Amino acid sequence: MNRFIEKLKQGNAYLYLIPCFLIFGVFLFYPFVKTIYLSFYKTDKLGQAKLFVGAENYTDLFTSEAFYNSLFVTLIFVVIVVVGSMLIGLIAAVLCSKAFPGIRFFSTSYALPMAIASSGAAMIFKIILNPTIGILNKLTGLDINWINDPKYALICVAVLTAWLNSGINFLYFSAGLGNIDDTIYERASVDGASAVQKFFRLTLPGLSPIMFYTLVVNIIQAFQSFGQVKILTQGGPGESTNLIVYSIYRDAFFNYKFGSAAAQSVVLFIIIMLLTLVMFRVEKKGVKY
Amino acid sequence: MAEINETITMENWQYNEQEIKRLHIAMNARALRKRRIRKTVLITLNIVMAVFILFPLLYTVSVSLMPSDQLFTMDMNLLPKSPTLDNYARALTQVPLVRFILNSFLVAGCITLGQIVTCSLAAFAFSFLEFRGKNVLFMLVMATMMVPGEATIISNYLTVSSMGLLDTYPVLILPSLTSAMGIFLFRQFYMTFPKSLYESAKLDGCGNLKFIVKILIPLTKSAIGAMAVYTFINAWNMYMWPLLVTGSEEMRTVQIGISMLNSVDAQSITLMMAGVVAIIIPSMVIFIVGQKQLIRGMFSGAVKG
Repeated sequence: MNRFIEKLKQGNAYLYLIPCFLIFGVFLFYPFVKTIYLSFYKTDKLGQAKLFVGAENYTDLFTSEAFYNSLFVTLIFVVIVVVGSMLIGLIAAVLCSKAFPGIRFFSTSYALPMAIASSGAAMIFKIILNPTIGILNKLTGLDINWINDPKYALICVAVLTAWLNSGINFLYFSAGLGNIDDTIYERASVDGASAVQKFFRLTLPGLSPIMFYTLVVNIIQAFQSFGQVKILTQGGPGESTNLIVYSIYRDAFFNYKFGSAAAQSVVLFIIIMLLTLVMFRVEKKGVKY
Repeated sequence: MAEINETITMENWQYNEQEIKRLHIAMNARALRKRRIRKTVLITLNIVMAVFILFPLLYTVSVSLMPSDQLFTMDMNLLPKSPTLDNYARALTQVPLVRFILNSFLVAGCITLGQIVTCSLAAFAFSFLEFRGKNVLFMLVMATMMVPGEATIISNYLTVSSMGLLDTYPVLILPSLTSAMGIFLFRQFYMTFPKSLYESAKLDGCGNLKFIVKILIPLTKSAIGAMAVYTFINAWNMYMWPLLVTGSEEMRTVQIGISMLNSVDAQSITLMMAGVVAIIIPSMVIFIVGQKQLIRGMFSGAVKG
């Protein structure tokens, strides 16, 4: 009898996991397996697997110039976004690291981009970057067709994304700066260190535990950008802003090449998985600095 | 040491008391001036930075108040010459903006509530109960963080369309009803409670569910607050999934509804900007109100890991 009650109680524990595993099962594990499955098939227009083709979708990808272009564009994009958003976040955090009147207003402003949607931001930038009526050309006196020029389109989408992602970086870096012991700054001042020296010798090393985490989170987030591309450039002009997520979307829902899109999804998953594993690995070692 | 002291006293000897006092005042004034300059520089730099960060938003508000002919000129037009609320009035009448906002509130609200329920139940099991496969299941939950939503979105789309769920509220809500991050965050908080808390409650005849509702949830208000703010904003800002699964105008969420206005003629651009302002305000207000909670929750559990 007792053992039965124990068993029931054990079974009880699983009851609490049912809701979350039901959702994970239907909308994560199952589609994950199905994506891998689809990536080995050619599909019809409704996405039904029709013809097993083995690794053909993958070999097609890795011999197609368009896919390499997409990877290359994504790489450049990620580099600009990550460097830009971390730099903005870091500068803002340093500016707010010492108390002054009005600090609450400023720190809220710096974190604010967190609350803004990629689609809303893209619509805003569409007006700002407009070649004839856009305020950017008016303010700078330039005459550049930002969004329709393959030279600038990717940079524009990247700068917009850097702005969006900078809010959370501000919070990460502010938390990191708060963890640095104030007395080391005082000691450095007594020793006659300049502000620049203090920044490079004390602040940056002091931020290193959170720096790596922030870096990887930023890379992962940048890889997943979609709304801004969809609204601002639709992957163009040419293929110059055809980031990998947009390329998946276009292959599946415009070209009805679900198999190829699934194969690209698998590649995206592998990239993100490797980045996450690297993060966990280094975090385990890196925390004891 | 003695030698140094001697030289100092000798130097002091050469000044009389008054001169020392004057020197003191002068030094203090200089330090004060230096501090004041530093503070002014700091505030100036902050103002420059804030203008830089907020510029897109401020400009959007400015455009949303312009009559469209003031936007379509070659002249400098940072601010509207004759501010008008006309665009907002048109956004409310010509576009089902209220419907979009209600849809988004419903969807984001259900997602937030649902995540709090499913995540606290799961986190409770993972931190207070013993059962076979606990570690494996927890690893499985954590592993879901590695799967980007964009990688499963095609299969998910095919699933819901074969279930005939397209263009309904459940299809917008269901896939987001749980999150590994939420489970992790709650578990992180629950682990700080001693196990004896749970055991003594059980001895007093408090069932598991009662324990969660009466004890755990009130004790973890800050984690729930952080999670609610984060989840609501993310759900409000969802773009790719609602774009794929909604078709009719009545089902559109704010982000989709407003981006559908995205065309080129003058009338609709100022209208669109008014719409953008209207849909940013809710997420901004929630962010500003919940900021403190969010930061406390984010950094007391998640980052320390």
